[in-house]
Amino acid sequence: MSEPRDILLKVRDLKIGATVYPPGERPHDIEIVHGVSFDLEPGRVLGLIGESGAGKSTIGLASMAYGRGGVRITGGEVWVNGRDILKTSLSDLRSLRGGEVTYVSQSAAASFNPAKPIMEQVTEAAVRHGKFTRKQAEERAIALFGKLGLPNPETIGRRYPHQVSGGQLQRCMTALALCPEPDLVVFDEPTTALDVTTQIDVLKAIKEAIRDTGVAAIYITHDLAVVAQVSDDIMVLKLGDMVEYGTTDQIINNPQEDYTKALVSVRSIRHEEKKPTDDPLLTVEGVTARYKGTKFDVLKDVNVELHPGQTLAVVGESGSGKSTLARAITGLLPPSAGQITFDGHVLTPNLATRPREDLRELQMIYQMADVAMNPRQTVGTIIGRPLEFYFGLKGAEKRRRVQELLDEIEMGDGFIDRYPAELSGGQKQRVCIARALAAKPKLIICDEVTSALDPLVADGILKLLLQLQKIENVAYLFITHDLATVRAIADSIAVMYQGQVVRYGPKSQVLSPPFDDYTDLLLSSVPEMRLGWLEDVIANRKMESAGN
Amino acid sequence: MNAAVKLVAQRVALGLLLLFLVSILIFVGTLILPGDVAQSILGQSATPEALANLRKELGLNEPALTRYVSWLAGVFHGDLGTALTSGQDIAESLGRRLGNTLFLAFWAAIIAVPLAIFLGLLAVRYRDRWPDKLISGVTLASISIPEFLIGYVLMYFIGVKLGWAPSVAMMNDSMSLGQKLHAIALPVAVLTLVVLAHMMRMTRAAILNVMQSAYIETAELKGLSMFTIIWRHAFPNSIAPIVNVVMLNLAYLVVGVVVVEVVFTYPGMGQYLVDHVSKRDVPVVQACGLVFAAVYIGLNMVADIVSILSNPRLRHPK
Repeated sequence: MSEPRDILLKVRDLKIGATVYPPGERPHDIEIVHGVSFDLEPGRVLGLIGESGAGKSTIGLASMAYGRGGVRITGGEVWVNGRDILKTSLSDLRSLRGGEVTYVSQSAAASFNPAKPIMEQVTEAAVRHGKFTRKQAEERAIALFGKLGLPNPETIGRRYPHQVSGGQLQRCMTALALCPEPDLVVFDEPTTALDVTTQIDVLKAIKEAIRDTGVAAIYITHDLAVVAQVSDDIMVLKLGDMVEYGTTDQIINNPQEDYTKALVSVRSIRHEEKKPTDDPLLTVEGVTARYKGTKFDVLKDVNVELHPGQTLAVVGESGSGKSTLARAITGLLPPSAGQITFDGHVLTPNLATRPREDLRELQMIYQMADVAMNPRQTVGTIIGRPLEFYFGLKGAEKRRRVQELLDEIEMGDGFIDRYPAELSGGQKQRVCIARALAAKPKLIICDEVTSALDPLVADGILKLLLQLQKIENVAYLFITHDLATVRAIADSIAVMYQGQVVRYGPKSQVLSPPFDDYTDLLLSSVPEMRLGWLEDVIANRKMESAGN
Repeated sequence: MNAAVKLVAQRVALGLLLLFLVSILIFVGTLILPGDVAQSILGQSATPEALANLRKELGLNEPALTRYVSWLAGVFHGDLGTALTSGQDIAESLGRRLGNTLFLAFWAAIIAVPLAIFLGLLAVRYRDRWPDKLISGVTLASISIPEFLIGYVLMYFIGVKLGWAPSVAMMNDSMSLGQKLHAIALPVAVLTLVVLAHMMRMTRAAILNVMQSAYIETAELKGLSMFTIIWRHAFPNSIAPIVNVVMLNLAYLVVGVVVVEVVFTYPGMGQYLVDHVSKRDVPVVQACGLVFAAVYIGLNMVADIVSILSNPRLRHPK
């Protein structure tokens, strides 16, 4: 029996399973998607949203009858253009993949073959499936490059993937997906790995390409504000179950389920700005630094101050020098000029010559919690190490103090003897916070500590950090690329661009006009949770550039 | 192109330096070998006067450095000296032997390298299924059996019982190419079996490593067939490790075939070297050592250069 053609993709009671290999247990099968159903009409865009583990990528790939790694589709039906692709032959599946349905992955940098020029990869599927001749496909690719706003559309295809920037490569990936004239494109977090100012351009390019080609799309992301800009409908997923499914307008403006409401109101932490005190805890004066063997300064004459018990947010895009500033302060990269004063005395430039008290009072928390911990040590050992090292605590006393710290990070009973692999992403980051706190520091440098976490989990971490600041009166130097995070927790802000601080001051002042050009660009690029935001920003920018 | 050219030039310079150091090592090595050429030429009953005269005649009383410099200068002019025992020009007889060895190595390589890579690709295509296991099993067995044993087994069954190929690989200049190939069929078969496993397993491992990459998933989602994916997307990215192991095995085909040459009494370099080591004919041993070293260093240099050139980041800088 054939299906009516006006439904492009029909998913019924889709169940997906995988084999897991938990530490210390036998490998076993689990179900990761528990019966999801939806329809997609030609030319419409469905947003799949949820946190990691929600099954959104898995569902997206199921529309190509593909399971990543050990993932298998265990039940249900997936109809594309009137046939159940879970029952079709392998050769039919091949003509579907890359022909009728195409895929745009999160990391274009990894998804392009480094050994081949871009054009060859963009046109490959269209040519192999006999949709176009090589020449036609190349003409179409050049037209797409132009439409997607890539520079030199005629020649960019001759370049190799490493010769173009990340944002450009993500657009090339979109061209790759659109080149065979598919009926459906699966966009899997296409802008997540990009800087916020790059994201907005790619987002605009994708949105216009979808509109102009009339292709249907599944848009997968964890960022509701982003998906609100491009999709007609949104499905909210949680742990393999559908939570809510409706039009974008309804989900954003009138969410029904508690979980959806939480996602919509994420990043709503408000933090009252504290006034600077008389004695700064940390003063960075004229710090300039470069890496060994290079010829340019990655930090240029940086001047900032941080007061006890307050938070200085250092914000900027990748390559702006914000993490390098942290390396200079911790002594990992001795500056070539300038000095750093901490708690009333000048810090020696090199980590190796610092007294132990300085080391104790200045702690760090990293972005990747799981690589910042020894996987073969228990939580108790990890947190107990600084207690032993700085305070000489041992045995029962140490264990009691570890338990206190665990209580402080809201991980009460049963965690002390667990291994990092048995913790969730948020819990791992909490353990890292507890380890930093164990040293009773005056300053903690937080380097992108929430970037790898889901929004709700990140919110939890930020709340915890604010609460701990109140109790322990610890200062944070908070490095991030995310302006929403900055709004949530900062007392003062330093905006960095190409190794320089371009704007610095109390939060209220930095975030109010008049702005310098870069800060304006940065601020206006942060997606807002409302419909039509993308259009507004683009219209504004066009007006500004017309005015100039 | 600049970075790649620079790296290649560095490799070549390094190779030449290495060859120079090896020439010193060979010279010093032959100096400290026990025994005395004059003694072995004249035999146990030689008088001390005769020995002294012969040593003087052979230049063995000169200081080592002088002898090394004059030897090296000769090498640069293509003059490897004369064999002490036979008085023949080394360059000439060595050239003929080297030609034979290269002939054998060439045909073994022509068969073994493509076969190994093809079997590697096949093993990846049918990974963990019976073709993969069969290929792995057979090649592992062939590498585990000592080569002289394979040689004798093949000789017994194919040479003696079936009579398809001669058991002794005799060569002379009057033979046609076809006759020569027939003569070396068995040694080529043995060498192929010996080097196949190593190259095939490395090909399989290198490609499987690349098959984990995200761009392989992209290729799969383009609906390409498995063999297209392996050949067009995985193989070009695994060239560097494969070329390295291929070159190591080619070097082995030239340098390490002594046993096979002896088994089949093939007139190659290996036999030549072994003969003259036992006769304490130092100039011949030195010349052979230098040629082997040059082949080894040269092939590994080629591997390095291919690795450099196979990296698109170096070939096409930003």
